Amino acid sequence: MYSRKLPYLLLLPSALFLCVFFLYPFVLVAWQAFVTDTGELTSEYFMEMATHWKFNTALINTLLLALAVVPFQIVLALYMATLVNGMKRGRDLILYIWTIPLGISDLAAGIIWLAIFEQTGFLNSFMQSLGFIEEPIGFLGYQNKGTIFVAIMLAEIWRATAIVLVILVAGMGLIPKEYYEAAEVFGASRWKQFTRITLPMLKPSLQTAMILRVILAFEVFAVVVALGGTNLPVLMGEIYTWQYDLRDSSVAAAYALVVLAISIGFTLLIMWGLRTPKGARV
Amino acid sequence: MIVRKSLLTLALAAGLSALGASAASAEVLFWSTQGNTVEESQAMRDQVLSGFEAGADFQGSESGPWITRIEAELQAGSGKIGVLGSLHGSFISLSDGLADLSDMDTTGVNSTFLELGKLGTDEQKYIPWMQATYIMAANKKALEHLPDGADVMALTYDQLIDWAKNMADATGSNKFGFPAGPKGLKHRFFQGYLYPSYTNSMVSQFRSPEAEEAWNKFKELWSYTNPGSTNFSFMQEQLLTDEVWVAFDHTARLADAFNQRPDDFIGFPAPAGPTGRGFMPVVVGIGVPSTAPDMEGAKELISYLSQPETQIATLRATNFFPVVDVELPDDMPPAVQLSGAAIAAMSGADDANPGLLPVGLGDLGGKFNAVYVDSFERIVLGGQDVREVLDDQADTLRALMEEAGAPCWAPDVASDGPCPVE
Repeated sequence: MYSRKLPYLLLLPSALFLCVFFLYPFVLVAWQAFVTDTGELTSEYFMEMATHWKFNTALINTLLLALAVVPFQIVLALYMATLVNGMKRGRDLILYIWTIPLGISDLAAGIIWLAIFEQTGFLNSFMQSLGFIEEPIGFLGYQNKGTIFVAIMLAEIWRATAIVLVILVAGMGLIPKEYYEAAEVFGASRWKQFTRITLPMLKPSLQTAMILRVILAFEVFAVVVALGGTNLPVLMGEIYTWQYDLRDSSVAAAYALVVLAISIGFTLLIMWGLRTPKGARV
Repeated sequence: MIVRKSLLTLALAAGLSALGASAASAEVLFWSTQGNTVEESQAMRDQVLSGFEAGADFQGSESGPWITRIEAELQAGSGKIGVLGSLHGSFISLSDGLADLSDMDTTGVNSTFLELGKLGTDEQKYIPWMQATYIMAANKKALEHLPDGADVMALTYDQLIDWAKNMADATGSNKFGFPAGPKGLKHRFFQGYLYPSYTNSMVSQFRSPEAEEAWNKFKELWSYTNPGSTNFSFMQEQLLTDEVWVAFDHTARLADAFNQRPDDFIGFPAPAGPTGRGFMPVVVGIGVPSTAPDMEGAKELISYLSQPETQIATLRATNFFPVVDVELPDDMPPAVQLSGAAIAAMSGADDANPGLLPVGLGDLGGKFNAVYVDSFERIVLGGQDVREVLDDQADTLRALMEEAGAPCWAPDVASDGPCPVE
């Protein structure tokens, strides 16, 4: 039954699937971004994208959001994972509860937070009923870009920390107990155990979690649309606008390639930054 | 397992009902971007189309799916859609796929709109179906704050600004509202109201000194405008919550306010500027795709929809106004009476200066709107220099007009080539 070819045969369906549903559309998108209707190679679409007045704002907003959200999520998830792993009873229950937001679509998450921050939302009516404010505050108005940013940050952290948590909890389960026992014999503190054993041994899981989160952070869209409308442009929102409102697939394709390039760039950076030498793998 | 089973049943049922529907499809399929909310669709079926003997299947849709389906049918060379209903602008990109309706009886139909329906060709590409426009609405509480000597039925932009300021001073919050949300129709205000009122133009005078003045006036108005406006898309909502007292919007987007509390609101014409009272009539047309399965049935449906009685029924169902000469009965809903009065005062004003929806832009309509929206976001929201923004956006606009090759439309003076941006 077993043959050298078997693994490749088993991989074939998924490889084919990726070729048809990822590689082929990707080539089409790249073609759209670089080639005109008449078949000439052009950088015109990239120029149009880069010189558009919203491009820089969208790029900076996207990067800032990723920078503000991802590190916070990693630290939070590390802390939560340590708590979960230290629990003797009810570990699964807590894990299930913490991962509930994972089951909610990002648009729904955006709308939940919109209901909180709206001018007629929960936060305003709560503060009004306690007498902190007299008139409702327009948290999400165009002049409050800062609050919009914070609201999106909160929604993203609430929604997507769980995915990091799940990966880290699984990763921590893989660390052999012997290391900790040895550390305790030598009298290492909990903090020292965390920094010297957990963190280094967790590198592969951290790597996966960060790559996943960073890529998702650059694709942030529905939450931003729900909370910020057009007040806080991000790259994904611009792709949507160019494709559907401005009906220019070529510039939309150029934007898509920019998102792809940034994602690949950060993936390589994280892989390099958190690489584990071959001999040190468990 | 149970879930899977019920899903299967559901899929089967859906398949069966689809079969049933196609079996009974001697009806003409009426594919429309208008009347696409559940209530309006139901009203179209029950009150408007129930009198059509051959039977019509009304299907409302958002404009994206609408265009995708008809384009697909035209490309395939065969289809199910019998009659298309949509805004003037959406027909332009379909022009080649529309059957000629020149042989239809169009007596009584508004001739300006009929001309628009030719889409610049010799053929009648669509027949005007109904019309609407954008007006102003005010809560009666706001009227006491009108500046001295101002007549609400004949306001100027300066008076509107004073009014907004008076309301802000008196109430402590900005009571003027503007639909600047993501789905708001703000671009139509700049194209059809502000520009014609100050520059007597929509395109050619885009970066003129008069346009600069117009934007500065609008900035002044904005300083007394409810800051939540960037989230407002249907002003009837904010009028009904009293968040806003005076607002500009499409008649169909004010109708709920008028209908729910007819005694609390009035409708009135848009203000006038130095070059008249700019306003934008919106024309909705009905056309027949060349792929219609039953050409005769489709044409019958169109003549049915053009009859005065059907036009009045349509008005009741959708809040869009007739395009044929009809006498409106007295028992129309409040929204019709209130907006009807405003429209009559606006189009009948001595200084009326209509600006038409963009013509001949095809696919570039979205980018054309973006020029005005971007100018608004940069000048008003971003506080950028008016002159610089207008110069910059004028380049984009010029490139667009040249790419589309679209000649000028009212109120711009007709041009030979693409409409020039001076």
